[in-house]
Amino acid sequence: MSDNKFLLARKKGMTQIFREDGTVVPVTVLEAGPCMVTGLMSEGHHGYSAVQLGLTPAREKHVSKPQWKDFEKRGVKAHRILREFRVPSTDGFEVGQELGPEVFEVGDVVDVVGKSKGRGFASVIKAHGFARGHETHGSHSVRTPGSIGQCAYPGRVFKGQRMARHYGDEQRTVKNATIEGVDVERGLLLVRGGVPGAPNSLVQLATAKTGRRG
Amino acid sequence: MDNIILELEKAQMKENAPSFNTGDFVRVEYLIREGKNERVQPFIGQVIRLSGHGFRKTFTVRRMVQGEGVERTFPLHSPRVVNVAVERGPNRKPKQARLFFLRDRVGKSAQL
Repeated sequence: MSDNKFLLARKKGMTQIFREDGTVVPVTVLEAGPCMVTGLMSEGHHGYSAVQLGLTPAREKHVSKPQWKDFEKRGVKAHRILREFRVPSTDGFEVGQELGPEVFEVGDVVDVVGKSKGRGFASVIKAHGFARGHETHGSHSVRTPGSIGQCAYPGRVFKGQRMARHYGDEQRTVKNATIEGVDVERGLLLVRGGVPGAPNSLVQLATAKTGRRG
Repeated sequence: MDNIILELEKAQMKENAPSFNTGDFVRVEYLIREGKNERVQPFIGQVIRLSGHGFRKTFTVRRMVQGEGVERTFPLHSPRVVNVAVERGPNRKPKQARLFFLRDRVGKSAQL
């Protein structure tokens, strides 16, 4: 396989492992795959080359009718989750091929893409890290944003003023995380450090785009 | 917590993890690397804290070295912690779960 490795996984939670020298490593446990190659995008036909991976097999009622027909046409099992990964060339990939944690080796450096936990409509302290007001000495301005501008000049609030907003539930990438363990038997990958998202949420793993590689 | 994680942790846990309590005087046999060789270095002192549970349990041992208090915290299930032998128990059972007050005491008053 090329040096560009990728996989879909589900976040399971965090724990720690001991290295041989006794150091404790915090890891996120990911249920890696099993993924199926559900499609290959080619330069000639689609204008770019990519590998489409599917996670979580679906029955007919779970996908739309046109999609179901499309899966039938391609001759692969339907999947609920589909993601594409751009590759220089689709050589070595086959529609219907199954991929699991064995794609990665211990020591690989990856970027992990996930969707962070939703925080709802959060105010400025949680969403932007504003400081809190005084809780005593007659202050009622404890978690309020405070002033949002000046007076008659400029007579308006500047664009980009940070205010309460919907926070979380956004795509986030953790760059350059090391693969600390590959458990083919249980279908697990252990990634050093935290990973965005709630338990059982979708996570995309791919060889790190920047920084140290492998 | 997820079963998979519990399973992973169980696989790493020592089956016969040594058991001891705060206040016990213990001898911790810890594997250290010296150049290429590995040898056991004992750390002898009094357990002043037990923290965490299950796989993540750690304990802190305090001893006096040349008049200076030294504390080390070990993960109970670390492969480097070969054995923890209880040398003797405390003179009386401590009322506290964590014996941090011993840090401020010297000599006879540092006894339980």
